[in-house]
Amino acid sequence: MALNIRTYHDLTEPDRSGLPGQIAAQRRRVAARLEGVGRVVAVMSGKGGVGKSFVTAALARALARGGRAAGVLDADFNGPTIPSLLHLPVARCALHENGVEPVTSPEGVRCFSMALLLQDGQPLGFRGPEAESHVWRGTLEAATLREFLADVAWGALDRLLVDLPPGIQRFQELVDVLPARPAVLTVTIPTAESRDAVRRAMQFAREQGAELLGVVENMVDGGFTGRAGEELAGEFGVPLLARVPWHPGADVWEGVADRL
Amino acid sequence: MKFLCVECDRQMLFEERQLPGDGTLAAAFRCPQCGRAVGLLTNPMETQLVASLGVKIGGTTIDPQPLETVRGMVTTGREDAFEDGNGETGKGKGPIPAWSPEAHERLARVPNFVRGMVKKIYADYARERGIAEITPMVMDRARSDLGLEGM
Repeated sequence: MALNIRTYHDLTEPDRSGLPGQIAAQRRRVAARLEGVGRVVAVMSGKGGVGKSFVTAALARALARGGRAAGVLDADFNGPTIPSLLHLPVARCALHENGVEPVTSPEGVRCFSMALLLQDGQPLGFRGPEAESHVWRGTLEAATLREFLADVAWGALDRLLVDLPPGIQRFQELVDVLPARPAVLTVTIPTAESRDAVRRAMQFAREQGAELLGVVENMVDGGFTGRAGEELAGEFGVPLLARVPWHPGADVWEGVADRL
Repeated sequence: MKFLCVECDRQMLFEERQLPGDGTLAAAFRCPQCGRAVGLLTNPMETQLVASLGVKIGGTTIDPQPLETVRGMVTTGREDAFEDGNGETGKGKGPIPAWSPEAHERLARVPNFVRGMVKKIYADYARERGIAEITPMVMDRARSDLGLEGM
């Protein structure tokens, strides 16, 4: 004879673990930290190698040159490049009760990146059981993103750019942890292959309720054929913000930065 | 995760957590009516999943530390990544705790990437409880009480 067992939601007595409460507290810390941030902009692409980090760093520098407070969270934990692109000084990260200080570039861009923490040449390694590490590694990377948002003393920023790795997983994690949907800037190169991959990412972002700010088509004079930027902008009804050559001038970035 | 004493139809209450140091976790829950206790035993992968979420079974009494999960879990961090030192004496009402030589030796084995944070957590724990000297036994108790797997 089956036992009559009450279910999880039937049990309402106080629970000392309070795991849902601990998760909610984590979310509140993120929200509190970002209260001074005017807008979070996720720089994403469904495709690797299109120059997301290059575009992110250039836009952050353009924002800073224009007198706006800009930060960059390098969310590519396994291939972080933002500190190098921002010409960040080699510095230890200062810790205090309120969090860890971001490192500031010569132009005033505040940045935090796994590259600031890892040994030179070493991959990001996590402590844990080796067997079936795929089960928990993604969760740890999501926790890393949450801590980079909540525990870095970003201060007041006009724009916080989040440089995402290829694909959509980190964007999903970002959406899960932020108090409001981030705006999205997508980067592509001209090819049809890039267009098809970026389309999926843009579709996903739109389904998540994120505002699509527009498309940057990168490497337009690099020997690639196609007009992916124009086609994607048309399909999604968003502006093609720039067609960026291999050696763009500062005015290219300033034009885009004004529209973030 | 909740536990129900089916015979009493009462929710069992968290009582104690133990971290044997082999990646596993043991937590005891007791029925407030009949007093029967059950143990929750997790394997290393299950323990890791909980730790990866940044939550602690049984809750915690200390404030989260900056980049606590990153510093506690990353194994390839630079030794000099952080300027530590502020607040290593801990906070609380009790006296600033001393460190026994054995506890010092044990702390020295912790990677520098996370050592400052670990030292502060133990010092907070000791000061809040009025413990004058941090010994390996105090460190073990803190690990269990606070759910500090691996620290």
